[in-house]
Amino acid sequence: MDTLEKREPDSVVVNTERKGSKKIFKPNVDIISDEKAITLIADIPGASEQSVDISLEKEVLTISGSVVSTEIEGHTRSYTEYDTGGYYRSFSITDDIDKERIMAVVKNGVLKVVLPKRESVIKKIEVKAA
Amino acid sequence: MFLYDFEPYTYRSPIWSELDNFQNEMNTLFSTSKGPRVQRNYPCVNAWTNEEEIKLTAELPGFNTENIQISVKGDILTLAGSRETEKIGEGEEFHRNERVGGNFSRTFNLPFRVDSAKVVADYRDGVLTVTLPRSEEDKPKKIEIKAA
Repeated sequence: MDTLEKREPDSVVVNTERKGSKKIFKPNVDIISDEKAITLIADIPGASEQSVDISLEKEVLTISGSVVSTEIEGHTRSYTEYDTGGYYRSFSITDDIDKERIMAVVKNGVLKVVLPKRESVIKKIEVKAA
Repeated sequence: MFLYDFEPYTYRSPIWSELDNFQNEMNTLFSTSKGPRVQRNYPCVNAWTNEEEIKLTAELPGFNTENIQISVKGDILTLAGSRETEKIGEGEEFHRNERVGGNFSRTFNLPFRVDSAKVVADYRDGVLTVTLPRSEEDKPKKIEIKAA
């Protein structure tokens, strides 16, 4: 049972797309859930807390971030294996999330978002045997 | 493990890095599309140079600095490290598990010999920057011409 699914099709292999002059990358994530919460962990190297945005709207969780220019003054780029730009990915969440208690931290290029599930309000109705 | 040749002092037109990226993307496209993608050259690095030094940056999110080893000898640089994968306890389940962990080791051939005593490394926002100053003996000597 997958309560959380990626909204993009799985067949997308090339994980970059150009948006204006900036490249957008799809970060790799771990999503772990238990009874109380869903935890999302994403690798977003180069992005700091200030540049990260998280939104939850109508069951869609979106994470985005950007990497400030990595140009090094007085040096010329001599060898390139990776590109920088921004990060973007969204997920749909079917669980009822307590939006007020969402917590997010960014540390060493890793974003961790904790989405606490709302406690069930449905009461169990006992059926009495006649 | 991997020895990469930096092309010393040759100007590389930006078109080449674009082509490199294109090649990488094509390689990715034709490699296993199922299961987690494993990068052969981990971590990816960029290098910035001038006459005095080379700055190497590597994307290493979620590492502890004590788990990153940097060693330099002459013109050979080795980056090694390890990262733990997320583990789950009882009652928890993975919906996605894409982030990879484990050990890596990569060796680079630098364009010049480096003064290993002056090498500085900085780790910020998951990006490692290693500054490698060129050794004095390696720098070109200016020869003055004396007028008679």
